[in-house]
Amino acid sequence: MAQRRAFLSRTTLTVALALLAPLSLSACGSKTGSSGDVGTLRVLDYYADQPDKQIYAKVLDACGQQNGVKIKREAVAGPSLIPKVLQQASSRTLPDVLMLDNPDLQQIAASGALAPLGDFGLKADGYAKGVVDASTYQGKLYGLQPVTNTLGLFYNKDMLTKAGIKPPTTWDELKSAARKLTSGKRYGIAFAAPATYEGTWQFLPFMWSNGGDEKNIATPEVTQALQLWVDLVKSGSASKSVVSWAQADANDQFAAGNAAMMINGPWQFPILDKKKSLHYGVVQIPVPKAGGTPVVPLGGETWTIPQTGNAQRQTKAAKVVACLNSDKNQLSLAEQRQTVPTKTALMDRFAAQQPRMKAFTQQVRNARARTGELGKDWPKAATRIYTAIQNALTQGASPAQALKQAQDG
Amino acid sequence: MAEAVRRAVRAMDGAPVAARQAAPNSRAPAGGTPGKRSSWRSERGRLHQSHLLFLLPALAYMVAFFGYPVVKNVVMGFQHYTTATFYTGRAPWVGFANYTAVVSSDVFDKALLNTVLFTVGSIAGQFLTGLAIALFFRRRFPLNGVMRSLLLLPWLVPLIVSSAVWRWILDQDNGVLNRFLGDLHLVQDRPGWLTSTSLALIAVIMVNIWIGIPFNVAILYGGLQDIPEELYEAAALDGATGWRAFRHVTWPLLRPVVSVVLVLGVVYTVKVLDVILGLTNGGPANATQTIASQSYQLSFQQFDFGQGAALGNILIVISLVFAVLYLRANRRAVEQ
Repeated sequence: MAQRRAFLSRTTLTVALALLAPLSLSACGSKTGSSGDVGTLRVLDYYADQPDKQIYAKVLDACGQQNGVKIKREAVAGPSLIPKVLQQASSRTLPDVLMLDNPDLQQIAASGALAPLGDFGLKADGYAKGVVDASTYQGKLYGLQPVTNTLGLFYNKDMLTKAGIKPPTTWDELKSAARKLTSGKRYGIAFAAPATYEGTWQFLPFMWSNGGDEKNIATPEVTQALQLWVDLVKSGSASKSVVSWAQADANDQFAAGNAAMMINGPWQFPILDKKKSLHYGVVQIPVPKAGGTPVVPLGGETWTIPQTGNAQRQTKAAKVVACLNSDKNQLSLAEQRQTVPTKTALMDRFAAQQPRMKAFTQQVRNARARTGELGKDWPKAATRIYTAIQNALTQGASPAQALKQAQDG
Repeated sequence: MAEAVRRAVRAMDGAPVAARQAAPNSRAPAGGTPGKRSSWRSERGRLHQSHLLFLLPALAYMVAFFGYPVVKNVVMGFQHYTTATFYTGRAPWVGFANYTAVVSSDVFDKALLNTVLFTVGSIAGQFLTGLAIALFFRRRFPLNGVMRSLLLLPWLVPLIVSSAVWRWILDQDNGVLNRFLGDLHLVQDRPGWLTSTSLALIAVIMVNIWIGIPFNVAILYGGLQDIPEELYEAAALDGATGWRAFRHVTWPLLRPVVSVVLVLGVVYTVKVLDVILGLTNGGPANATQTIASQSYQLSFQQFDFGQGAALGNILIVISLVFAVLYLRANRRAVEQ
């Protein structure tokens, strides 16, 4: 009996230790590469889907080779990037090169986790202003963005020709074109106004082109822009479902012929091109009055160098970021990924080579960064904007009321 | 009460009560056999030690995966905790500022009401449908087993997939549901299941009921299997069949299972997030915003982890209230 108990307690101890062992192991297991030798650089991005995954694998490897380092890349799904970065920031395991969605840069830079690129001699000369704004925090440049994208007005060529309508350029033209193109189960226009940042993103071209500003949205300029959206939905030119659609849903409607026009971006080209019977074109976002300039939000991702505490590795990382942003790579990434190069000098050449990117390229020159004005306070403002949109589109609140209510929080 | 506790202790310990009752008595004749007693004591001490060792892994697990997060979350609710905190570790203490902010925001009342409606609606729907289906499957008929296993399907489909499918089914213009209702001439206008502020919450509850039915059926069916057939035969002899058999045989014997299903249901439903994010993301115009979805948005979209944690804590308190209610109800049942 006593023997058996001794055996029992010994096994208990072993089992207990075995269960606890992984805890203590994992505590020291996450330490990686702070040695002086720069053999490989760790890269983190969210290009986890093809073809982007492959395209970036190639250009990253080439840039690594050029600088004598191997690239160890990790691509995570879009929504898990920021949680991953935060976790790495607190455990001090940030990668050597980190990609961020451009509106997130200031948020992360504000934490002190990123190194100013000026420390490594990198500058953003010759880049479109919006791109520089997005990657700058408190006057210092923290990221370089090789390519960007934005929104445009897609139209179904066959439907417009049949109705004898030219692609609209002003808000009035947009409203009347949408009304005329609406028939049966087909809507004139599709856009996305969900209760997410995507809804805000789709609304920005209208809000900004009319002189609206995110600092205070309870203004006549923003009200007029929201009125345009409300009119489109109330008149039946756009589906009531826009409040639940993401951009991909708007694209599905357009591809299926349920909408004659839509607000969307060039990342939809590959999906639309699969549908052979669909003939579509893209023009700039219609402006409030003829002769105006569309001001669109800037999309795309920027490449940063986290504070890893190893100057040697950071210098190498800076070289890789510079390489990603070389003229050659900007052009090739833009061509392969239906995006726009961010250096203004490359834009004309690119637009000439890629006619269907012309509307986007022209708009990018005047594009604004979402975080350009409010920096890390942008998320709160973006939430206010989509809340007002949703209230105006579904609750019968007047645009002015909805905006005021959202602004006052 | 005291008797109940004693009974519970006995059941848990499994040690023969007689032996323990004998122990104090054996101490009474002081001059008895001291050597024997001390060996008994150390033996018992060792037994106690090995009990503790057995407890250790579970305890370590609980502390690491339940204790730490809960404490951390409570502390976070009192801090200005942002993205920067993750890197710098600095999180200034702000007292109740986070709670004041989330409770006074105009979304809070709506989110609280929605959470209650969502939970009550989901549980009622899941439980009643689940019970009806479970009772139905008690009968013997061909393909019973096949159909019962097919019923589990909603459980097997990843939530992200089922919510995408439901979004498509519930679409206002081209959704299957509206086509179906339209063909039957049941509705004049196509209802905006996910786009109208008055219908969206109902639609989300319907989908959540659909997701929860398999769980309810599985547990309730198991409970029904445990009710001996003879009781029904005896009841039938006394003239109790159909509804009366359910009322006087099934229901009383199923009660323990029912309370487990309901409490687990409440705890699972109060925190539901994926269904709401997948279907409406809290919209349209916060019509389906619950405390859970609002907490998620504050933390992971607006990066205000302090306020997100504050809302999360409020949710934990709500769950706790239910847990306490359940325990009290249970205790009363035992006493009776």
